[in-house]
Amino acid sequence: MDILASLGDGFAVALTWQNLGLALIGCFLGTIIGALPGLGPANGVAILIPLAFTLGLPATPALILLTSVYFGAMYGGRISSILLNIPGDEPAMMTTLDGYPMTQKGQAGEALALSGVASFVGAFFATWGLVFLAPQLVKVALLFGPAEYFALFTLAFATLGGIAARSQAKAVIAAALGLAIAMVGVDHQTGVPRLTFGEIHLYEGIHFLIAIVGLFAISEVFLFLEHPNGSAPGDARAKLNRLTAPLPMLKKTTGSMARGTVIGFLSGVLPGAGASLGSFVAYTLEKRLKDKEGTFGKGDPRGVAAPEAGNNAAAGGALVPMLALGVPGSGTTAVLLAMLMALNITPGPLLFTQQPEVVWGLIAALFIGNVMLLLLNVPMVGLFVRVLQVPAKYLMPAVAMVSFVGIYGLSGSTFDLLVMIIFGVGGYLLRKLDVPLVPVILGILLGNEMEKNLRRALTISDGDLSILWGSPIAITIWVLAILGFVAPLLVGRILRAKKSAIVAP
Amino acid sequence: MSDRILGGTCLLLSMLYIYFAAQTQVGFISDPMGPKAFPIAVGVVLALAALYTLFKPDPEPVWPHLGRFGEIVFAVVVMVAYTYALPEFGFVISTSVTAGLLSWRLGAGPVAASIAGVTIAVGIFVIFRLVLKLSLAIGPWGF
Repeated sequence: MDILASLGDGFAVALTWQNLGLALIGCFLGTIIGALPGLGPANGVAILIPLAFTLGLPATPALILLTSVYFGAMYGGRISSILLNIPGDEPAMMTTLDGYPMTQKGQAGEALALSGVASFVGAFFATWGLVFLAPQLVKVALLFGPAEYFALFTLAFATLGGIAARSQAKAVIAAALGLAIAMVGVDHQTGVPRLTFGEIHLYEGIHFLIAIVGLFAISEVFLFLEHPNGSAPGDARAKLNRLTAPLPMLKKTTGSMARGTVIGFLSGVLPGAGASLGSFVAYTLEKRLKDKEGTFGKGDPRGVAAPEAGNNAAAGGALVPMLALGVPGSGTTAVLLAMLMALNITPGPLLFTQQPEVVWGLIAALFIGNVMLLLLNVPMVGLFVRVLQVPAKYLMPAVAMVSFVGIYGLSGSTFDLLVMIIFGVGGYLLRKLDVPLVPVILGILLGNEMEKNLRRALTISDGDLSILWGSPIAITIWVLAILGFVAPLLVGRILRAKKSAIVAP
Repeated sequence: MSDRILGGTCLLLSMLYIYFAAQTQVGFISDPMGPKAFPIAVGVVLALAALYTLFKPDPEPVWPHLGRFGEIVFAVVVMVAYTYALPEFGFVISTSVTAGLLSWRLGAGPVAASIAGVTIAVGIFVIFRLVLKLSLAIGPWGF
């Protein structure tokens, strides 16, 4: 039982007063960020990464703080789904289907409490899945050479658009833009400057945090400016009579949570599937299995429990490839990867062997965060509901200013702030044009690593390209990459049709 | 039409990118692949995807009216001015003005927006500078 011993060490790292305090602050901030309209987990964490970084916290406490924020934001996202019928992020969309009708029936408190419990169950068991599955994947990953890694990065890009991607060409544009940006700066292997146009500031390349904050947070401000009066969300003054879920309701939904968790975890581990597919499949299956009286879509508690467990389990499952291979499978894990890289930690098999305290400390932090979120959410949901009513006209300026503070803190340079504004404008245009932002981020994050592995492979083979498909593992990864790229063209059409058929009425 | 512009712009970008990547000076010691090949390959991939978007565009997105576009341009100008104002006037004053302007353009009344601007600036200064000891821009008056 090596794994349990390592996990115990992880808890020993995580369980200090300072770390527990940070986890509490993180969970609290995260839930608020998730609940606020216009701030999802991805951009919420993006704003806080530079801040945590400039605070100079050591790796483990910083990790604990930020993962708590991240998990908190996932929890908070469901509050607006249930009360306002506005999903905080894409995976929370399925929660609106039965969550909002429950609010209309006057069961908002029950729906919130139930979804809190379902989120906890999903995330908790998915973390156990992570504990046991990740070390197995690490054993495989230790056999990887540079050629296999290059194939793996390609796989990540090929599948990142996701199974429900709208346009693969736009996902390719996004990935290529990201990679192109990553190439700027001094080449690590030969020391020659590339694409810097003689600008000294560009010699070190463009820091990925500047790009992330610009693309996510600043572009959000521009999106809000499109609508006169910052279009405040609907009235959130739903009556909350009770904030606990009655025991019979919990009992009735146990099966839904269990099924949602398993499906969610599996789709989280698969590259490209992610949390959206997890909650979608969990909901559809539940509806097919249990909808005997036609109550789904009209406020059935099982229709809240299954997708909530599913999307939180998927969020845990998505951490498996991210930690074990260093290749994120979804947008939200890409932001987590950025967080690790900002702390100078490179995920991958070597992390498990060389810095086990970081990995297991992180996993222990996930467990602690989960428990805290459950405890925090049940009594304090009333406060979070009030946060929903902060109008965008005061919130968005604050978000913009905090973004500036974070990036300014990194280097104190005006040049970086200007680059961030440029990314904000670019992010706004790309979002309007339906070009996904996550491949851009991933391109910037992984570009240099991808090129380094390709060049290493070719150095080993002295320029012979056939080394790239020279091993069975590499061939397998290439086949998966091609399948993953082609599949959305076929499956996506069916899935989208179904999704809109379910969401429409 | 928007997608065709996107495709055309990306195609142009990829051409420029490949051109500038090819200008990279290579020293006499290099690995077999060298520092040029990967950026050029990325440029080619970008060009291919851009061509596809150019010829098979998606449905048109909903663009805001010209007036709202003006708002976004105004916000960009304010933010750029802010980055230059930071070292001149210090954090609190620059931020109050910028946050106030943004809040005003997002629909707050002039008085409410000014209050919001000052509150945001002072709030951030107190939390990040005084409590968390983060480095903020310091103007001639030390705040």
